Amino acid sequence: MSTEATENFALSFQDLKVTFETEARDVQAVKGLSLQVRPGEVVALVGESGSGKSVTSTAAMGLLPGNANITGEARVGNVNVVGLDKGKMRKMRATDIAMVFQEPMTALNPVLTVERQLTEALELHGIAYGKEATARAVELLTMVGIPQPEKRIKQYPHQFSGGQRQRIVIAMAISCDPKVIIADEPTTALDVTVQAEILDLMRELKDRLNTGILLITHNMGVVADMADRVAVMFQGNLVETGTVEQVLLKPEHEYTQRLLAAVPKLEQVALTTTGLAHDSMTAAKDRELVLTAKDLVLEYDMRGTKYRAVEGVSFDIAKGEVLGIVGESGSGKSTVAKAVLGLLPVAEGSLLVKGNNLPKLSPREAREVRKTIGVIFQDPAASLNPRFPIGDCITEPMVVHKVGNKASRTKRAQELLDAVKLPRNVINRYPHELSGGQRQRICIARALTLSPELLIADEPTSALDVSVQAVVLEMLQDLQRDFNFACLFVSHDLAVVDMLADSVVVMQNGKSVEQGRVKDVLHAPQHDYTRRLLAAAPVPDPHQQAVRRDAWRILNSQK
Amino acid sequence: MSNTNDKMPEQLTSIAEVEDARLARQEEKSKSQGRIVFERFIKHKPAMISSAVLVIITVVAFTSIGYGPLPGWWDKSYLAAGQVVDGGRPTMSLWPTWLGGSGFAIGEHPFGQDSIGKDYFALVMNGTQKSIIIGVVVGLVATFIGAVIGAVAGYFRGWVDEILMRMTDLFIVIPLLVLAAVLGQMAGASSGSIITLALVLGLVTWTGLARLVRGEVLSLREREYVAAAQAMGSRTGRVIFKHLLPNTIGVIVVNATFAIAGAILLESSLSFLGFGVQPPESSLGLLISQYQNAFTSRPWLFWWPGMIIVAIALSVNFLGDGLRDAFDPRQSSRPRRRKLSLLNRKG
Repeated sequence: MSTEATENFALSFQDLKVTFETEARDVQAVKGLSLQVRPGEVVALVGESGSGKSVTSTAAMGLLPGNANITGEARVGNVNVVGLDKGKMRKMRATDIAMVFQEPMTALNPVLTVERQLTEALELHGIAYGKEATARAVELLTMVGIPQPEKRIKQYPHQFSGGQRQRIVIAMAISCDPKVIIADEPTTALDVTVQAEILDLMRELKDRLNTGILLITHNMGVVADMADRVAVMFQGNLVETGTVEQVLLKPEHEYTQRLLAAVPKLEQVALTTTGLAHDSMTAAKDRELVLTAKDLVLEYDMRGTKYRAVEGVSFDIAKGEVLGIVGESGSGKSTVAKAVLGLLPVAEGSLLVKGNNLPKLSPREAREVRKTIGVIFQDPAASLNPRFPIGDCITEPMVVHKVGNKASRTKRAQELLDAVKLPRNVINRYPHELSGGQRQRICIARALTLSPELLIADEPTSALDVSVQAVVLEMLQDLQRDFNFACLFVSHDLAVVDMLADSVVVMQNGKSVEQGRVKDVLHAPQHDYTRRLLAAAPVPDPHQQAVRRDAWRILNSQK
Repeated sequence: MSNTNDKMPEQLTSIAEVEDARLARQEEKSKSQGRIVFERFIKHKPAMISSAVLVIITVVAFTSIGYGPLPGWWDKSYLAAGQVVDGGRPTMSLWPTWLGGSGFAIGEHPFGQDSIGKDYFALVMNGTQKSIIIGVVVGLVATFIGAVIGAVAGYFRGWVDEILMRMTDLFIVIPLLVLAAVLGQMAGASSGSIITLALVLGLVTWTGLARLVRGEVLSLREREYVAAAQAMGSRTGRVIFKHLLPNTIGVIVVNATFAIAGAILLESSLSFLGFGVQPPESSLGLLISQYQNAFTSRPWLFWWPGMIIVAIALSVNFLGDGLRDAFDPRQSSRPRRRKLSLLNRKG
């Protein structure tokens, strides 16, 4: 241990163990972790939910709740912060160790100006006061690339975009020149194109300031893009460490191998060359159309003023086909799904489900049409009624449409549980007893209860871990083949759409910018926006990612 | 220390498999949310003691003098006047002899007698009955009205919400005591029944719950299971009563208990002012009002009903606290986890 202490690490963990005491039992979240971060180095701590990666970083910040029991060492510089008293810990925060949080909206205080929040740490630690602190804050904003910093520093967080807010959070983190920055999923809440910009910024700052960065992430693409070394955690254990090339290209532990295999990849993308014009989607004959949207216009009513979320989008889906809708937040992709589900009225245009124009139907006819549509939503925590047992959740569509009796409903629920590969005795359990992935499988079962002809999946896997996502997607593919329903699949993840869909619509600001067959649109994109989207999505291979990053820079400069 | 992770098969290397294995191995009985809440509730000591106190008060009040045509085990009536013995002093004594008392004895008139020799125990029990009935009926009526109005306003929003909430505001701005006094007087004059009085009080005290439920529903209606129910074609009634209201049960139950405590106090105030229960029926508030001048000369005529009002109101409030902590442990003021862990370590 003494030999390690002589080398100057920015952050090092030595046999760190964290146990939480909960109402029911003790839970060991981290089971003996040893890891070092050198100055100027980015170490990625990778893992899925429950791996203990966030607990590790929180322990280094001294922010674990009172029911946590910590043993071992977590050194920031030369100071062991395990068991350090609160006053000393407070002095170290910002000047020795700083944090970048996941959600920039909640990490900033909405009622204080950016100036107040940026100068706070400087004044607390006695680095600069008053005008001097403001001048330093302006300098920081310039460093993180906020235009017109003198003017914008007087503004409040809501006046900035999501990416800019994350830049401000980063500016706060570097304000007191910390030895190490912990970045806990810093880009997870952001769109891919914004994510690429933030990663660029962090890479540049790290080189300039020579800080160590502990990057907590579940995204292998981000790892490939940023990290020098990688540590993989699973169930509280560190299963593999090594350089980014070693771990991502020649993983040794079985868990890492399977994790990497589970990441959906979008390869062979022609980003810079101009491909041929796509052939028309309706080339194939005798397609049995299930859903047809024509010049669809959708509006939200914001206190009297109409806000157009979708304008002039047309597409169709035939039986047995999967149509992906991709786009960033605010592109209107989920709004389209909402309209098909009847949760939002159609302002203009037509929406035909099996030839029936949905906006023109009477409530009774609309209910009949609903019978043929199943739905899966994004958030598995919120999409099942917590007071319903699983069996009731699955058979609810039958109850609503008065199909079958008690016995036949139970039988159907059991069949569906088999189809989604969950044990039959789950029927009497409650949603809170299941994990996110299992709940999402229950949602799939519920969507299939009435053997729908159309399945609407709104980001069904974006809240799931990579390996769980792989299981759910595979299941969805199998079921789609077996039941042969048409599927409208909304996602922000181009690789997932590439894997699942036959055709795709790329949306930006409520308009369709490019649509056609997946192999054309996602592999030889015509439109600049599609190209930028593709280039911004990082791939879990450091060499390929370097190529992508350059392509992204070129595309971005052309913008 | 028990740890489920250690028992996991070591060869599993995928989180999806680990989760499935855990689910398959899960043997303990499945617990509904209600069951979990109940288990937390019975661990809450003040609430359990309060429940016991409430049950004892209720049982004694209803069995001692009987209710309606049913006779009770106490032989004296609250209506019959009698000979005033020993200035109407209480005959009950609880001090054991070795502490200088006169030993444990109930005696002829445990709570004493009033000025015309009525047995005060019977009178107080009658008053307690009335207070409990009013509390429960008001609690039920106010909760029902408040929950439905709140849920409807929160679900439909727009003009429905506007109308219902402005109506709620209207009820809130009129001083409750004045409104209750006027309506209570009218109800009392027309029928004289305390159920009518209770219904009237229920009609004016639902406002707080309506606002709370509306707030809950406004946030719950954005949940995806509500969207899923709408998308599968559920009718509005089903969405409100199956998906929304059951999930606000925590707010509703907790506030129902506080409404009961509030109603008992409101009835006491009204009766004290002479607008509530009318003689010869009695209620705890009425008893205090009748004997407020006796405070210095015959304090027991004041203390007994007063103590029982305090006991009921306090217990119901503790019960509400216990329910709130059980439904939402995060709001709990008590450092429960620490204590538990210390207990575990000792044991």
